[in-house]
Amino acid sequence: MITKVRPHLSQNEALLFERSSPGKKAYQLPDLDVPALDPAEALGAENVRAEIPGFPEVSEVEAIRHFTRLSTWNYAIDYGMYPLGSCTMKYNPRINELVARIEGLAWAHPYQPEALAQGSMEVMARLEAALAEITGMDAVTLQPAAGAHGELTGILLIRALLEKRGNPRKKILIPDSAHGTNPATAAIAGYAVENIASSAKGVLDVGALARLVDRDVAALMVTNPNTLGVFEENIMQAAEILHAKGAMLYMDGANMNALVGIARPGDFGVDVLHLNLHKTFSTPHGGGGPGAGPVAVKKAFEPFLPVPRLKRSGKKWAYDYRRPRSIGRVRAFYGNFGVLVRALAYILAHGGPGLRNATVDAVLNAVYVRKQLEPYFDLPYASPNMHEVVFSDDRQAKMGVRTGDLAKRLIDYGFHPYTVSFPLIVRGALMIEPTETEGKLELDQFIEAMISIAKEVEADPQLVKNAPYGTRTSRVDEVTAARKPVLRWKPS
Amino acid sequence: MRYLPKSDSERRQMLEACGVASPEELFSHLPEAVRLKRPLELAPGISEYEIVDYFRRRAAENANGYASFLGAGVYHHFRPVLVDTVVSRGEFLTSYTPYQAEISQGTLTAIFEFQSMICQLTGMDVANASMYDGSTAVPEAAMMAVRSTGKGRVLIARSVHPEYREVLRTYARHQGMPVEEFGYLPEAGTIDLEELDRKMDDLTAAVVVQSPNFFGIVDKLKAAAEIAHRRGALLIVVFTEAVSLGLLEPPADADIVAGELQSFAISPSYGGPFAGIIATRERFVRQMPGRLVGQTTDSRGNRAFCLTLSTREQHIRREKATSNICTNQALIALMATVFMTVYGKQGLRELAEQNLAKAHYLAGRVKPRFSGKFFNEFVARVEGKSPEEINKALLKKKIIGGLPLGRFYPELADCMLLCATEMSRRADVDVVAEVLR
Repeated sequence: MITKVRPHLSQNEALLFERSSPGKKAYQLPDLDVPALDPAEALGAENVRAEIPGFPEVSEVEAIRHFTRLSTWNYAIDYGMYPLGSCTMKYNPRINELVARIEGLAWAHPYQPEALAQGSMEVMARLEAALAEITGMDAVTLQPAAGAHGELTGILLIRALLEKRGNPRKKILIPDSAHGTNPATAAIAGYAVENIASSAKGVLDVGALARLVDRDVAALMVTNPNTLGVFEENIMQAAEILHAKGAMLYMDGANMNALVGIARPGDFGVDVLHLNLHKTFSTPHGGGGPGAGPVAVKKAFEPFLPVPRLKRSGKKWAYDYRRPRSIGRVRAFYGNFGVLVRALAYILAHGGPGLRNATVDAVLNAVYVRKQLEPYFDLPYASPNMHEVVFSDDRQAKMGVRTGDLAKRLIDYGFHPYTVSFPLIVRGALMIEPTETEGKLELDQFIEAMISIAKEVEADPQLVKNAPYGTRTSRVDEVTAARKPVLRWKPS
Repeated sequence: MRYLPKSDSERRQMLEACGVASPEELFSHLPEAVRLKRPLELAPGISEYEIVDYFRRRAAENANGYASFLGAGVYHHFRPVLVDTVVSRGEFLTSYTPYQAEISQGTLTAIFEFQSMICQLTGMDVANASMYDGSTAVPEAAMMAVRSTGKGRVLIARSVHPEYREVLRTYARHQGMPVEEFGYLPEAGTIDLEELDRKMDDLTAAVVVQSPNFFGIVDKLKAAAEIAHRRGALLIVVFTEAVSLGLLEPPADADIVAGELQSFAISPSYGGPFAGIIATRERFVRQMPGRLVGQTTDSRGNRAFCLTLSTREQHIRREKATSNICTNQALIALMATVFMTVYGKQGLRELAEQNLAKAHYLAGRVKPRFSGKFFNEFVARVEGKSPEEINKALLKKKIIGGLPLGRFYPELADCMLLCATEMSRRADVDVVAEVLR
């Protein structure tokens, strides 16, 4: 029984270009208060374009209807639970949007004089300090624009320190359960990647690690809790093994929301880690970005952090550009400041004890979902889970129904699918992360939906295989999209 | 706490259902040694009112009520009201990357429109769904050129944004991608074509030129393209002021365009978040980084969109991916999409013409350092006083002046980069001219 949703009319809408007709306007500029200029004269006729072929021309009313109609074709956290494992789709507090738009912050130019940017600098300094306390690390850079960008920054920092010690080394070790960004990052930082198979318990195999770590290994990149939602119980031994051979422990902080207030990477041997502010710290995903990927490090890495660094100079904040050992800039200016403001607003709203409570609720929700769904879905790893739980489609696959099909059917029940087919170490994975911002009612409806789908698979597998039925767009032909790419509109 | 939707009794029910006696027991499998034995040293949570108050106070410590003549990669343009109306909709704001096409057609359609408009603006065949920003788009474009040509060396003009060049160097260092620079003509401020020609060799993968360049000058793209192509290198054209594309010829001679869209209704926001783009020719599409949206049909035969060509990307290819990039700037790209829609074909041109007129009005009253044709910013030479002293005097009149250039170009220590946009009022422009004279 589908209790959460029922059909609702949605509007059709053409592309902007198809709605466009010459002479329509949605803008009005003020009268020019200086003499007008002939562009051909000012720029040279050869530099001036005739027109922008195909560019839209619509009225204001059409513009707002266009984007409003489009918006209704999206699922969103504001509609309901978004159980995407690893993605941490939690509620995005609206106060964060409001404060990021306060004029003195939103209109601050990165090159305005430091004396007139003290408020922005204070916000960044406070966020750096809060993130250092939360992670147990010594210093934080806010410059990286997203998680993968933070990874790159972190690996470059490790490389810089090792280089200074005489040998940057050649390899990065990565567990087979890792996010795809980890190996891609290692390659960009100039390292070869060596995979480590996870143990039967789904955690790091320290025996294998001890055999693999030698003078060629720069670091191990590990996600903790890992992508199965399982805490890496041997993390301190892993750190010892690495450190004994002069290698580093890098932590992908994508799952930091399982640890805030409970355990700190800095206390369990991590040398460098990145955080995803758009995951743990509630900044909106916005359909794919923007994010922010601060990197937290131990003291030894501090001289290598990207320039500029904030420093206290008397009663004022200033930027320190004279840092000869810095890896350099990883992006222009200081970071995704607007995202940083939102993350700090979230930290202020929760406060220290509140952040810990959020972690507890996130874990409770995932454990609850596991407990309720265990009778219906195969659980490949029995280890206790934290903020997410990973099932496999083993039982349903016997009926010819795969995780992707189950996920599509979930849409008909009013939920966004969980993460499909990841991590790679689970065949046909269903990776579910409820986050702490789901209440019991929404969770119970989700559980009910999953159980109902499991029963549908038994009764009528084809029903599930052809889902979804209730969406305005039915299953999309991704194969043709890739085979014959149409990547822009063209007049027919 | 207001973001946690459970009552205590619900929590108890759930713990009981899990067979767990207390919340602490949820963490009992964690080794004792890793646990934090004290509360985080962060103040207790505060109310909405107090949060707003905190950030208002911080905002008050920044510049407020100043007219600004800063550009240099971040521009003050008016943000049409529709932009925030659209991006504040929860359906856009709180949705994830549109991997599940059936329930993400809103974001996918908007990105497809975005890609199309970027192609129309730049004259390229394909554009991706956005990069972090302009500065990171440059190394991504350079790496793309390296993959496409099988060569390794990159030549970049000194008139490309200095911070973009720094970012390129950070990325290039460990990839066997040597980066060398070539200069600009001291009179014109355009690239030094002879020096470029001299430094070109057969191992060069890409020549990187910005236009309008960091000095605001429309640069010699056609000539740069000829030199690059003659030796089998690609031309990467960078832009930081997207409004210029409303008036300037699209960089049709480029093989890759890497740009920053901050000018399209993206708040300066102290440097980010912004949205970069990479656009290119069809033949290089499989070497492109970042997400791409393509058109297809659904099982009922209706037009539909989905993420496509993802075999280039990290979640499929892992260490063999074209880039480690995962996040794009979808919501920020949406701001730019709404901006382009509001202004449209005529409006973007009119807007660009106003920018041109304002900057040239100011330039006519001061001493431009270069003779090259410029759009809405230019380098002014300051005599008698230092640029810093000029700026100090302007601050007293509630004006933030130009960017002193000595920090990036020691040879231009007596110069500042001034920008005027449609937001620059004539009265303020006159004050700047007066103080500079």
